[in-house]
Amino acid sequence: MYGLGILNGMLVTMKNLVRRPFTVRYPEERLPQHPRFRGQEFVWYVERCTGCASCAKYCPLGIIRIVTHPGGADLPEGDSYAVDVFDIDLGRCMFCGLCVEACPYDALFMGSGFEEAQYERGKLVLTVDRLKEAEKRPSTWFRPQLESRGYSPFRDPPLPWELAGREGWRYHLPQRPGSGSEAGPPDARREEAG
Amino acid sequence: MPLRTEPVTVNIGPQHPSTHGVFRMRVTFDGEVVLDVEPVFGYLHRGSEKLAEERTYTQVITLTDRLDYVASMTSNQAYVLACEQLGDIQTPERGRYLRVIAAELQRVASHLMATGFLLNDLGAFATPLMYCFREREKVLDLFEMLCGARITMTYLRVGGVFQDAPEEFWPALKRFVAEMPHYIDEYEQLLSENEILLARTRGVGVLGTGEALNCSVTGPVLRSTGFAWDLRKVDPYEVYDRLEFEVPVGEHGDNYDRYKVRILEMRQSVRILEQCLAQVPSGPVRAEVPQLYRPPPGEAYGRVESPKGELGFYLVSDGGIAPYRCKVRSPSFINLTVLRDLLVGWKLADMIVTFGSIDVNMGEVDR
Ligand code: SF4
Ligand code: SF4
Repeated sequence: MYGLGILNGMLVTMKNLVRRPFTVRYPEERLPQHPRFRGQEFVWYVERCTGCASCAKYCPLGIIRIVTHPGGADLPEGDSYAVDVFDIDLGRCMFCGLCVEACPYDALFMGSGFEEAQYERGKLVLTVDRLKEAEKRPSTWFRPQLESRGYSPFRDPPLPWELAGREGWRYHLPQRPGSGSEAGPPDARREEAG
Repeated sequence: MPLRTEPVTVNIGPQHPSTHGVFRMRVTFDGEVVLDVEPVFGYLHRGSEKLAEERTYTQVITLTDRLDYVASMTSNQAYVLACEQLGDIQTPERGRYLRVIAAELQRVASHLMATGFLLNDLGAFATPLMYCFREREKVLDLFEMLCGARITMTYLRVGGVFQDAPEEFWPALKRFVAEMPHYIDEYEQLLSENEILLARTRGVGVLGTGEALNCSVTGPVLRSTGFAWDLRKVDPYEVYDRLEFEVPVGEHGDNYDRYKVRILEMRQSVRILEQCLAQVPSGPVRAEVPQLYRPPPGEAYGRVESPKGELGFYLVSDGGIAPYRCKVRSPSFINLTVLRDLLVGWKLADMIVTFGSIDVNMGEVDR
């Protein structure tokens, strides 16, 4: 009979009419994001960065600009370069995360925010000062050490640089392991025990 | 005195809400009837194939994301399969299963989009489209768990996937697999028997098997003509030879069959996902491949059954860190070759629907 299919379809519409809405009112309410979400800014720890520029080489667009000068006295022994310029041009970035994948020292992380809109293109460039001052809420993308610890940038407090890496906390003590000092961040101790 | 009439040529597009991207059709009408169609494309040309020649093998993955941007996982997959053939790399089992899961989720998402927009073109403004987007959103949430992004994933890597799925992914995927058939039932209840849909799509834009084969048409458009050709069956890659599924085919090759084949394929995809959930082994997800991948000189062709048809990447390596040549066989572009034959003789309103039912993506057509 003609019209039966339409009536049948109307039933679906009626069913959806009484369903709980699937959408939220965005600025007031937000949907939860997964910790792996590749956000629109970067988290960069100046303490961890050696200025090796692997990230800049690995970026498909070449939008990371790094200028360094020798920072430590003994570079072959692992002293790092001091970073003068670390510009990331977010206006051209596609947030692929390959730079984060390339960083061998866990100094660069994807961010977790997604509201970086600006009125001018120039303001989209993340400079070294902005990166230093920014709140450190790294995404767990490509950082299994954060993921296994259950870190979430949306729930947990900002992450200090000592806890962001994949090495044990003793690595950062002025004296190397076995030299007496046992105090460390509580989180790190748990990590080492587990 | 008889009324003097003459054909009129109209430009539809490149920026027209019904053309699914920046695509232009120069159409000659006699009244409302289409006399001739000349497709004009290239508005979205970004030179991806040339750009690939100056990027390392891993960096090219980000370019493949942007070919078919509603199905980036399958674009990634075709490309990394070609890369792996070049260097003869064995992907670990778990990595392959994760890739199949990603590809099937992507197929569901892409077909949902195609179905929704087909109905939108038919004049069912936004309601079925929004139902489809509701479920697509769930797939995108799953992708966000997998790889942190929703559209341009960059999830696959040469030799596997970049990272294992997080723990919370598996229960979420189980829930999706359990829920999805009900939602597909809902679309079918809403659409499959709907008289308006039937009247507008049955027998409209008929494509014959012979013609489709002549034009190398692949994917749902070919299968809707009754020819069961699915690369997952005829040339199994990854782990598809271990999975059970059917290849749904149509009968008449009209717009309705193209719609129906997509709905049935979504059901099969859910079935594949179910089996993957049961079979996925533990272990590494990525083979040991250096960050600067340097395959030996040679050439390779990797192909997958993308939601739109056979998507292939032809790569030539000269032993360097970047492909010497990269050619994309994009199904959207090749499926468009039958457009003129499908449209001539039909009316303006049918033209839009038929174009929508081929399900092209301009990012892939122009590359
Ligand atoms: S996310 Fe991608 S595009 Fe952006 S800076 Fe990193 S490597 Fe470059
Ligand atoms: S962020 Fe990482 S890769 Fe980039 S210069 Fe610093 S240490 Fe090197």
